Amino acid sequence: MAILKFKINRYNPDDERRGHYEQEYELDVPKGYTVLDCLNDIKWKIDGTLSYRRSCRSGICGSCAMTINGVNNLACETQALSLKSDTVTIEPLRGYPVVKDLVVSLDPIVRGLMAVRPYMINKTPPPTDQERFQSPEERDKLEGLYECILCGSCTSACPSFWADKEYLGPHAFLKAYRFVADSRDEDARAHLEALDDKHGLWRCHTIFNCVEACPKGLNPTKAIAELKKEIVKGKVG
Amino acid sequence: MTIKDPETIHDVEGVPVHNVHRHDVVIIGAGLAGMRAAVEASDEFDVAVISKVFPTRSHSGAAQGGIAASLANEEEDHWEWHMFDTVKGSDYLGDQDVIETLVKEAPVVVREFEHFGAPFSRTSEGRIAQRLFGGHTKDFGRGGPVLRACYGVDRTGHVLLHTLYEVCVRNQVRFYSEFHALSLIIEDGECRGVVAWDIVNGGVHVFHAKTVMFGTGGYGKVFKITSNALANTGDGLGMVLRAGLPLEDMEFVQFHPTGLYLQGILVSEAARGEGGHLINGKGERFMEKYAPDKMELAPRDLVSRSIQTEINEGRGINGEAYVYIDLRHLGKEKIMHQLPQIHELAWKFLHVDCVTDPIPIQPTGHYSMGGIPTDIDGRVLLDGKQIPVKGFYAGGECACVSVHGANRLGTNSLLEASLFGRRCGKSIIRYLRENREFSDLPADAAVEAIKMVKRLLSSDGDEKIGKIREDLQVMMTGKCGIFRNEKQLGDLKKELRKLEERYANVRLDDKSETFNTDLLEALELGNMLEFSELIVEGAYARKESRGAHSRTDFPDRDDGEWLKHTLAWKKDGKISFDYKPVTITRFQPKERKY
Repeated sequence: MAILKFKINRYNPDDERRGHYEQEYELDVPKGYTVLDCLNDIKWKIDGTLSYRRSCRSGICGSCAMTINGVNNLACETQALSLKSDTVTIEPLRGYPVVKDLVVSLDPIVRGLMAVRPYMINKTPPPTDQERFQSPEERDKLEGLYECILCGSCTSACPSFWADKEYLGPHAFLKAYRFVADSRDEDARAHLEALDDKHGLWRCHTIFNCVEACPKGLNPTKAIAELKKEIVKGKVG
Repeated sequence: MTIKDPETIHDVEGVPVHNVHRHDVVIIGAGLAGMRAAVEASDEFDVAVISKVFPTRSHSGAAQGGIAASLANEEEDHWEWHMFDTVKGSDYLGDQDVIETLVKEAPVVVREFEHFGAPFSRTSEGRIAQRLFGGHTKDFGRGGPVLRACYGVDRTGHVLLHTLYEVCVRNQVRFYSEFHALSLIIEDGECRGVVAWDIVNGGVHVFHAKTVMFGTGGYGKVFKITSNALANTGDGLGMVLRAGLPLEDMEFVQFHPTGLYLQGILVSEAARGEGGHLINGKGERFMEKYAPDKMELAPRDLVSRSIQTEINEGRGINGEAYVYIDLRHLGKEKIMHQLPQIHELAWKFLHVDCVTDPIPIQPTGHYSMGGIPTDIDGRVLLDGKQIPVKGFYAGGECACVSVHGANRLGTNSLLEASLFGRRCGKSIIRYLRENREFSDLPADAAVEAIKMVKRLLSSDGDEKIGKIREDLQVMMTGKCGIFRNEKQLGDLKKELRKLEERYANVRLDDKSETFNTDLLEALELGNMLEFSELIVEGAYARKESRGAHSRTDFPDRDDGEWLKHTLAWKKDGKISFDYKPVTITRFQPKERKY
């Protein structure tokens, strides 16, 4: 148990005059409490106006991504006491328009995702009464790709996205590569089309912020490198 | 009169014209049931999905271990065996005609997921991989556990949910993300749409529809310790009750044996399927006492009762309210390859490395076997028995069809949600081919919903939402949990009434329109209070122990009196009951031993 000070970035569009401001709360934090538990305690016991997204509490839904002491993370997975700091500063994910308090607009995330045709494209009809076969080795190529929870942490941390709001974002590239790398997908070109563009892959300068920001330990930069190879291959071939 | 001109939008009292939308099909909930129905119906009709969270954030994604189907990819299996296991698992309360459909269609549904692109784990021949799960056995229970749970590592719900979202995108399903449904529009026994609140921008919207489907999920959040998401507040059940429709078998609530200690977060049954042991404070593998044959792979109701008994009798770890699940003997490689998420969760929430240490666990509120009564095609039943509400469907955890009876087997929920979601979709298509026009929208369709929101936004009482909800959760866990008795249930009935009075006297801190989660939580609490009484009253009335409903004062199953489904209504705050028989086809009730 320790008393922590939470400095939380607030903004309510229904109160434009006040603009963005920081509000402080103090909380007795027991061992085992996550940052989400702390936010819930503040909301449920101290200030019901505090707004943030949350749902699963177990790091799989991706709702509660936010910037905690300067680092993008899921609030539900971050142990408050392990931050080793008396003050916890919480801001909405950077780079996205803020809707209210810690809630950001999901539009940029969805826009980037849609551009890569995020679904398996397959022209051969599937076998009846059977699955498509895929060897364990082929399946292993999807490891590190399929686990993405679309929390938006990576794109929020990306300087290329800060500079170009049309940039599709590492989350979109990771998704594109999840299909390009899948032995069952038959139209890599369709996923790659939107990527070979000034708002696409080439704007990635391998800064690796996305890798650092991913709460699931995934590596969008590697996916981007693979996709660049695919595009070059396509052009040469 | 029906409206012939599709461009004509009705005037709805209190709702601006640009907030009135029309779709052939409006689905509430973007989990496996809702999105599977959307995929099916969008092949032919205009489908909208309304969800209070972004679709991939639905709680189906938190399911870990697998989806059941007798594919026989790894060893011999038959749908008849799967059927027997499901019937026995249900403690003979499941309806055997629908269970037969469930197990027969399961292979088709799982293979379709693969065709859609779901990244299942694979056998060495490249087929969908399968693992063991509790209650799934060979040869009508006479053999050992069977490899039946089809899986994607230990993220099966995640891969299926994301795949369905992807196919919905391909099929151009229209999503209304972060809309919270408020009420059903039912007129002359026909469902004509829903009223919803726009969470992001504020404002009441009306969705005029030819058909409405509910895939609104479960309500684990009425319990203090639960595996469920904060969003799992059973909103669909509250809406159905307010529309004067019944709910079925609400007293049957599953407690999952292995929730992370204090957080309740799910530790997949796959952990036991892959060989994990349960250990008490004396270092004993205590399942020997309770299920000598199937041990840790007995069904969930039995394992949860066993763990709770160990805890209640002082044999928790250091006498505290938890026991261990021990995975150490599986070895690092198997843990990291087959159960990486379990490893991650135990580390992130309890700072336990399950390669070197056992994980503290306790039973956790998990799943609702009961729900909105439907027929085999997902049609919601007006009387709970036979008469469908025109144009209204339900599937998945919010529905009760009933395949799970008194206790669900692990991996049958992803199956049920997908399979009956698909059946809802097909049944909607058949209906829409016959019913091509929109029925009139009543002018006062949104009046009650607007009143409900306005009352909360102008509330000025002295009760806090968070406090009432916490009291509800503590009471429900303490008095309507794994073990129940007449005294506690009787007390709880009275206490719930008091909570409803307190709810009438709430005060919201946040009175704004934009992303008002204070309002959202108040609406959710309203729903939970609406149906919690039915869980308790149903449990009070059912004087027997069956499946997950365990009465210490009536410890035996009583087929003479209680081999029947509960139907319950709530009108003007008064609860009334009716019952209907269980459909028994192949398997006569027998004593249930594992």
